[in-house]
Amino acid sequence: MSRNSIRFWIGATFFLVAVALMTQLISNEYPFFAAYGILQFIVLAVAWSILGGYAGYVNFGTSAFFGVGVYTAVFLFKATGAPLGVQIAAAALVGALLGFAVGLLTLRMQGIFFSIATIALTIVIETSVTNWRYVGGAAGIQLQRPSVMAPFHSYVQMLFFVQAFMVVLAIAIARYIQNSWIGRGLQALKDDEVAAECTGVPTLRLKVLACVISGALMCAAGAPAAMYLQYADPSSAFNLNYSVSVLAMSLIGGTAHWAGPVVGAILLGSTQQLLAVTISSEVNVLVLGIMLVLFVVAAPQGIIGLVRRGRRHRTGDKA
Amino acid sequence: MTPPELEVPLLRIDAVTKRFGGFVALDDVSVDIRPGERFGLIGPNGSGKTTLINCISGAMHAEVGTVVFRGEDITQLPAHIRTRRGIARSFQIPRPFKSMTVAENLMVALDFAAIGDDFVVAAQRRDTVMSILTQTGLAAKADLSTTGLSQVELRKMELARAMATHPKLLISDEAMAGLSSSEVDEVLDLLIKLGGQGITIIMIEHIMHAVMRFSERVMCLDAGRIIAIGTPDEVMANQRVQEAYLGT
Repeated sequence: MSRNSIRFWIGATFFLVAVALMTQLISNEYPFFAAYGILQFIVLAVAWSILGGYAGYVNFGTSAFFGVGVYTAVFLFKATGAPLGVQIAAAALVGALLGFAVGLLTLRMQGIFFSIATIALTIVIETSVTNWRYVGGAAGIQLQRPSVMAPFHSYVQMLFFVQAFMVVLAIAIARYIQNSWIGRGLQALKDDEVAAECTGVPTLRLKVLACVISGALMCAAGAPAAMYLQYADPSSAFNLNYSVSVLAMSLIGGTAHWAGPVVGAILLGSTQQLLAVTISSEVNVLVLGIMLVLFVVAAPQGIIGLVRRGRRHRTGDKA
Repeated sequence: MTPPELEVPLLRIDAVTKRFGGFVALDDVSVDIRPGERFGLIGPNGSGKTTLINCISGAMHAEVGTVVFRGEDITQLPAHIRTRRGIARSFQIPRPFKSMTVAENLMVALDFAAIGDDFVVAAQRRDTVMSILTQTGLAAKADLSTTGLSQVELRKMELARAMATHPKLLISDEAMAGLSSSEVDEVLDLLIKLGGQGITIIMIEHIMHAVMRFSERVMCLDAGRIIAIGTPDEVMANQRVQEAYLGT
């Protein structure tokens, strides 16, 4: 293992231990309830950039994958009372299958067509779920949380830990892809698909692979949301806001490195949380829009791009 | 030594036809390329040269006819599989991976194409890349971004990236277009050097003295048909070739 990897895994372990300690030491549920949303956005943004960042295929269907994750959990819980772990694993599997199907159908198209197809996907799936009586239809469905498992004292704290674990998992996967042949292949096809194909890169297969991994992670991130809110309805589970926010987080953070979407999700996620509490939940959409415009104009490579440029500047001065 | 006509061809193009709507870009083209041959492909603009090599490299698929490479029918194979089988190409307008350094461009080829019998172990990857870059005169640029390269360097980089796929057949699509005469000689020397290493090369070019110096055999296309094939001198002396180029 390289020195960099050792550092990464030590950091990840510290993070998880800190999260576990927090759930034991802080008894107030609210901080966990609020921070859960940010963790959820980190997973979604990291997952999004595997396809959207590394391969350059802009997916507007985050909410479709997220919502499918939510409803996989709802269905399993209602039908079999499956525990949380099974709900998440099943959601990941469904997400992978959905990613595979969508990828195979649409990734032959380049650029904008793929994006349009993913918007259509959201609408089709949302409409289907809205008309699916068993999971509550348009009215939504109330869910009664089962009793919490030791060592956690409250269900929200447990969900917080589970989502933190998924953050680590998502980042580890994104980081692996970035540093491996898969990442180099995706970067090559992002730069020039024809040249990549003629250099031996199986472009379609790699794009579908990225779509499968990205889809599985997004669905997995959505699975605990039903238990988190104890309620699910199609118009919030498939809310286009997820797609827009996640896209903005990834672009503002920067997509060239896995840390970009993480930084973007923390920054925007907490700003949104703060604005929603202090002013109103409508203002945060406005702020999102303004920040996105500012970054696209002033820093198209995102925060990661700014940091890299700053670093190069400093080393350049020394030389 | 086996006489050339009994040798198994490296590449056999058999009755290939390619249409774009009503336009016939290639019309019943058949030709055999021998192993180790330096083959020149000429013809006026729009005569089907690039379409032909697109059908060989897999960027396009022939509707009629077959492409056989080393005894295997590759007509329907996607481009990346053909690259792995040993067909590499450069592009008329260079297509570097812009977000990468020169060395990283070659790494992509090592990762994806040079697998199988020529598998390159991780530890040797950098050495392999550097030796190809040294051969192509780009060693000093290895860690620079491709956006900083000049035209001639980009052309060399394309050839170097193609070489990193360990090709048996290298197709050079107008690698010299728009270069100064000294740069043309540089690229030409490079191609001749590569040909000397046993790699079969198909060169598309408009610069006649380069074609004459390089090719053992030349084929001239016009409006999708072969109008002449033979030694460079024979083809140049051909009446129809002169008409196609000079007009009558």
